[in-house]
Amino acid sequence: MSDGGARWAHLEGANWRQELAGGVRMELPILLGVVPFGLVYGVLGLQAGLPAWSVIAMSSLLFAGSSQVVFAQLWGAQVPAAVIGGTVGVVNLRHMLYSASVAQFLTGLPLRWKMVLAYLLTDEAYAAAIGRLTLGPASPMRHWFLFGTGFTLWFGWQLSTVAGVLIGATIPSAWALDFSIALTFIALLVPALRRRSEFVAAAVAASVALLAQGMPHKLWIMAAALAGMLAGMACRRFDASKHA
Amino acid sequence: MNDDLWLLLVIISCGLATFALRLSFIVGGAQFKPSRRMQAILGYVPPAVLSALIAPEILVRHGHIVFGLDNPRLLAGAVAVAVAFFTRSVLATIACGLLALWAVQQLF
Repeated sequence: MSDGGARWAHLEGANWRQELAGGVRMELPILLGVVPFGLVYGVLGLQAGLPAWSVIAMSSLLFAGSSQVVFAQLWGAQVPAAVIGGTVGVVNLRHMLYSASVAQFLTGLPLRWKMVLAYLLTDEAYAAAIGRLTLGPASPMRHWFLFGTGFTLWFGWQLSTVAGVLIGATIPSAWALDFSIALTFIALLVPALRRRSEFVAAAVAASVALLAQGMPHKLWIMAAALAGMLAGMACRRFDASKHA
Repeated sequence: MNDDLWLLLVIISCGLATFALRLSFIVGGAQFKPSRRMQAILGYVPPAVLSALIAPEILVRHGHIVFGLDNPRLLAGAVAVAVAFFTRSVLATIACGLLALWAVQQLF
């Protein structure tokens, strides 16, 4: 399909600026879904009783949207800190999968680069960059693409969080802005589904996520992700060959 | 301990734990050369994780799975999937999904 390697052919021999610009361009439209979610998080944080400074500080210190919402809800419910830490850790376990997925493209980089890219490794930055990393040219500057998606998301997230704290309460809840993050993930998922086994992985992960909702500490996220990955792997032989 | 300081320490701890998870394979995997099989498995990370995050957002309302026409998010989600499939545009998908949700909420 059109999302194959040809889509990234223009980055053959690209310099760092072209890779960076490519990442920024890839991430900018995603902000349409992330900024409303940042506004919603700002409001939820204040409603949960967190001081404004901590709602804003969390966006750079933790920098993981859904776990920030979980943190605010649990803190507001006066849950012990150890339980909050454990739950946030489990919600963010999936970032280990992202880490394993991008590691092979970053092996030659100095430690400071790895630390910056790890800090910026979010759902939206990963999903927007992984297509270019796996299908595009293996240029030595390709980490700039991941930096472009990551930094753009970081910047949009910080601004929208501050805006949420300042003016979020004036937004009517009927606008249902919290739905924007699910839409963002749909926009990232659907074009990435190319092979039959990827459809199977998505369907199994979605089903397990629904059926396992009762698991404590949001463990269902990892259970669903791993089940989907294994199901995709098991169905790999049903994929059409590249010549078909 | 001062409440604000305690809150800051808990946030920093959660942040360090999250950073460690993100850093794990990028740094620890300096010798981590994934086999072809492992690379194939990691290829399913995007579809599996994204749909695991999407499904409950759309189908779980107040702790219950609502799989019917009385769930506005299901209808809006279906519109978004169709728009994403045909346009492959992130902007169009998010915009049409939100507009669809508002429209459905007006109708019911």
